[in-house]
Amino acid sequence: MNALEVNNVTKIFPDGTKALNSVSFEIKRGEGVVLLGHNGSGKSTMFKNIAGFEKPSDGSIFINNKEITQLGKSKFKPIRKKLGMVFQNFHLIYNLSVFQNVLFGRMGYHRNFLSVTTPFASAENRERAMSCLERVGLAHLAGRRADQLSGGQQQRVAIARMLMQDPEIILADEPIASLDPKAGREVMELLWEIVEEKSWTVLCILHQTDIAMEFGERLIGLNKGEVVLDGSKKTISKKDLSNLYYHDELRMKHS
Amino acid sequence: MNQHTSMPPRFKLPKLPAIFLLVIFTFLFIMGIQHAQLSFERIINGIINMLHFIGSAFPPNPERITSISSAMYETFQIALVGTVIGVVLSLPVALLASHNTAPHPSIRWISRGAVSAMRTIPDLIWALIFVISVGLGPLAGILTIIVDTIGFCARFFSERIEEIEKGPSQALQSTGASQIGIVSGAVLPLGFPSFVGTSLFAFEKSIRSAVVLGLVGAGGIGVELSTAFTMRNFDEALMIIVLILVVVILFEQLSSSIRKKII
Repeated sequence: MNALEVNNVTKIFPDGTKALNSVSFEIKRGEGVVLLGHNGSGKSTMFKNIAGFEKPSDGSIFINNKEITQLGKSKFKPIRKKLGMVFQNFHLIYNLSVFQNVLFGRMGYHRNFLSVTTPFASAENRERAMSCLERVGLAHLAGRRADQLSGGQQQRVAIARMLMQDPEIILADEPIASLDPKAGREVMELLWEIVEEKSWTVLCILHQTDIAMEFGERLIGLNKGEVVLDGSKKTISKKDLSNLYYHDELRMKHS
Repeated sequence: MNQHTSMPPRFKLPKLPAIFLLVIFTFLFIMGIQHAQLSFERIINGIINMLHFIGSAFPPNPERITSISSAMYETFQIALVGTVIGVVLSLPVALLASHNTAPHPSIRWISRGAVSAMRTIPDLIWALIFVISVGLGPLAGILTIIVDTIGFCARFFSERIEEIEKGPSQALQSTGASQIGIVSGAVLPLGFPSFVGTSLFAFEKSIRSAVVLGLVGAGGIGVELSTAFTMRNFDEALMIIVLILVVVILFEQLSSSIRKKII
């Protein structure tokens, strides 16, 4: 069964830029896929369209076999609950506590906002938040303000928030791009461990080809809004990857 | 390389509209100076009168210090009550007036229009309107400060709300949060330090306004000040001015130290 299905998705911005040109791929449940491509290749646009932050100009997207392409906000909400996201810049509420940030992961489960706030959360939610923080190794920092943590720790808090949400499909948009190599690797290892342990599906945008080769079972490469590479790690060579990133430049150098 | 490269000039000639505006501005400025009927004689007379005032005002007269102090206390209360209610009302108004939180563009335009009207009409005019509606006294003053505070705070709150980074809101949206959840969980906490800073500024501003409001009968120390001037009790007037100065400066210091701690 497919967790995610992208059919001929095209995205044209109001200024006429074609960011995605008839992109299609399917991701099976439990698959770990890395999406690669240089800046402007359409990766982030693809991410935003799957996440529902933008609507495709043409084509359709299915999450757990349900079409989300033209869903309104309220109908998308229950699907969002199953879609966990990790962002490049963590997107924590930086002036609130780590614990509070993790509690917010449960927002989709409660109609009353107060149920996910530190003073009013149920004992169950409070315990769940602590165990999510323990899982990412930050339980001892629960009471700290989020912006007092290092970049790597903040990304781990964001992962704990995502764990709190208990999703099925993870979308990660360059989760290690703003971290140093060591912290980046630790975050990637943690994220992948959790994803494997829970058998979640993951679509992760990355820039680092070496990390992509190490973690992704399958790699999809985008160039100028089109899929130019799609296959399991075993079938993709380093040359394929370097072509994906340097192809244009090489051609320019030769001309 | 067939691209044209040229060094940018040191100075750029101003554009025609800019020159046009400058001419109009200069003309109005000169007309304004003429209109004030500035003359050497008037300036000298003014200085003499000022010295005369200072001479008869010194030393400040503390005879009526108890009634002056209680009027100052009333002014402080008008400012406090008006600002607190104004700040509380400003939050929902600001949310309705910001493009990223307004439920519909038409609601945003209506709220923005209302806020602009509150800000554009000066507080003394609001005070006159409220004195007519609810009668002389502190209530008219409080209502004036409320309107004034909404005009000030709702605008700055809304500017801050519109500046707030999209990311954290998207992160909460991605957990399946409702619009109320996103606003309460991301927008309000992220804007909070700025809201507090703006509110403290609003309170400083309110104390200064509340002082003047008494001049039109909206309660507080202004009545005392206006009476002292009319009766030509300049020493008492100076006492009142000193008291106002002390209270305003004290609060400004306090508010700037709170602001530093929060932001």
